[in-house]
Amino acid sequence: MRAAERTADPAGTEWPARLHVVTGKGGTGKTSVAAALALALAANGRRTLLVEVEGRQGIAQLFGTDPLPYAERHLTDAPGGGEVRALAVDAEEALLEYLDMFYKLGAAGRALRKLGAIDFATTIAPGLRDVLLTGKVKEATTRTAGQRRAYDAVVLDAPPTGRIGRFLKVTAETARLAKVGPIKTQSEGVAALLRSPMTAVHVVTLLEEMPVQETVDAIAELTQLGFPVGRVIVNAARPPLPAGRPVTAAELRRGLLAAGLPADRDTVAGLAAEARDQWIRRELEDSLRGDLAELGLPLTELPLLPDGVDRAGLAALSRVLVRAD
Amino acid sequence: MPSEHAAPQLDVDQILADPGVRIVVCCGAGGVGKTTTAAALALRAAEQHGRRTVVLTIDPARRLAQSLGLTELDNTPRQVKGIDVEASGGELHAMMLDMKRTFDDVVLQHTDPAKAAEIFANPFYQAMSSTFAGTQEYMAMEKLGQLHARGEWDLIVVDTPPSRSALDFLDAPARLSRFLDGRMLRMLLAPARSGGRSMFSLVTASFGMFSKVVQKVLGAQLLTDLSGFVAALDSMFGGFRQRAEQTYRILQARETAFLLVAAPEPDAVREAAYFAGRLRSERMPLAGLVLNRVHRPTVPALDAEACLVAAERLAEAGGHDSTVDVLRAHAALAQQALREQRVAARFTEAFPQVPAVSVTAQPADVHDVDGLRTIGAAISRL
Repeated sequence: MRAAERTADPAGTEWPARLHVVTGKGGTGKTSVAAALALALAANGRRTLLVEVEGRQGIAQLFGTDPLPYAERHLTDAPGGGEVRALAVDAEEALLEYLDMFYKLGAAGRALRKLGAIDFATTIAPGLRDVLLTGKVKEATTRTAGQRRAYDAVVLDAPPTGRIGRFLKVTAETARLAKVGPIKTQSEGVAALLRSPMTAVHVVTLLEEMPVQETVDAIAELTQLGFPVGRVIVNAARPPLPAGRPVTAAELRRGLLAAGLPADRDTVAGLAAEARDQWIRRELEDSLRGDLAELGLPLTELPLLPDGVDRAGLAALSRVLVRAD
Repeated sequence: MPSEHAAPQLDVDQILADPGVRIVVCCGAGGVGKTTTAAALALRAAEQHGRRTVVLTIDPARRLAQSLGLTELDNTPRQVKGIDVEASGGELHAMMLDMKRTFDDVVLQHTDPAKAAEIFANPFYQAMSSTFAGTQEYMAMEKLGQLHARGEWDLIVVDTPPSRSALDFLDAPARLSRFLDGRMLRMLLAPARSGGRSMFSLVTASFGMFSKVVQKVLGAQLLTDLSGFVAALDSMFGGFRQRAEQTYRILQARETAFLLVAAPEPDAVREAAYFAGRLRSERMPLAGLVLNRVHRPTVPALDAEACLVAAERLAEAGGHDSTVDVLRAHAALAQQALREQRVAARFTEAFPQVPAVSVTAQPADVHDVDGLRTIGAAISRL
């Protein structure tokens, strides 16, 4: 297969896949990470596609644009003449497109929608819905324009860790429902791509207990299902705290006096309490880093952006991502 | 104490103690401490206010679940032992939602055992009961309705599912109703109701075209399964819809209090503001905002700038390394607190009348009853 020959590190970075599936527990910032990755992989004249599938319009919110349609649109420029495009995949639209492709439905497709048939089909068979969503992602990933691939990389802002296994496991779901026919063929094609080296599933986490636990669980599940896991990305990592030197009240008071700061009992006790909390926090973070390191996967840490993720912040994150090793 | 909110202070104890309040719903974006907040409030209602309380959790962290004695997902409230209710006479029970089991129970309640067995065996039912978009939300509401109907609880505290959107659990009943009322379903049902052998034999030309396409795309087996599923569920649809509407009305009633849970981060605050607007338009009783994980310097008088300058000077002079560390740590904390106040203000400016309370960030995650008690006290500070 020609596609496979071209997978090795298209951006000349440490991101050797063409389809990047970004998952993570809710609240870990996986949409921001996906966007930063799409931006990073688009640098120097390349073109990437950032895709969302859950109807949340997270990309539009992040970039402050109007809601994304079911169409590939220019999202933003990347440094060195690159381009990030964006697409919000809608299961109903994808089904119509799909039917049209295979059956030339035309006006009949619109009639189906009026009947509620499309809503019905995607509601009653959630597996079908996921096949349609991943099917569209596959199509964009493997599409060619002339001699070239349409996209150097496709980055999918995927469902959260709690649902990612089920979302990617398209064949199992549809095999249960459709034993033969084009849907089955379609889902097998998707499954083959998702399990190939063309794909990498990255898991975003925070240095907090629950997200780390979910990351560990999700990676175990993904590995067991045969999906290639790429990186673990620690998002919003706080700057390293001062080394955990225990400080006595007397020592602190002397220091404060030397600095010409108030050194009354309340100030000393208050500052010592703050320091203690930070050390507890630091120890917890270190132990969580240890848990993540045990996974034996490449690990990337993205800094906390104190003022939220804006366009400049995304650029900063993307620079950290391509540097990562 | 300097006020960080223009908004009135949220008095959680008043809500938890009010015998007229029977349901507290905690909602908000994922990852803001919703489950912990729900568990902490339920514990406080039992220990401090003597109420017979049940907390319905959706997907608790393993260690938090263990601390509540929830070692298995058995869909039944279990009494939490080892809590301090001697003085108050309250009780705390906890349960984890089992989505599939709740769905099965609903089916069993609305149909005879033979038909139920037929439904359970249908691949469409299996797919829908475990993965239907909104099933978890719908089943959480269903379970809430059940707990409420039994009337044996003074207070039910509900944690909402970690949805794509925090609104999904409000929309799920309506979506299900829409689905059940859809023309599509009625068409599929028409032949089954008339007893015809072929489900598509009696319908219109455009529908004939549809069935042809469906047969081609999905295969005939699938249509047979679908037809069987729809026919089997037919008898239960009225019940489904009625219950969904009932639960919706309970949520609008005076006995319910919605608490928005957020963290001082732009996404979580935006979601909370969106939700507040939505609750208002649905005429759901919003009681207030719980802002978790707020950082607050213990020595507010010492400002960040002065601290950093002093730390710099001290570092050059040498000999006070640990004080330098402490000062830098304090400066970082003070700066973070300021940023968080700016973010939180986006909510309070949009909803100045919604009471709010800030809960100071804990240095480590909470996973025992003592930790929950501390959180409960922090939420209730006056």
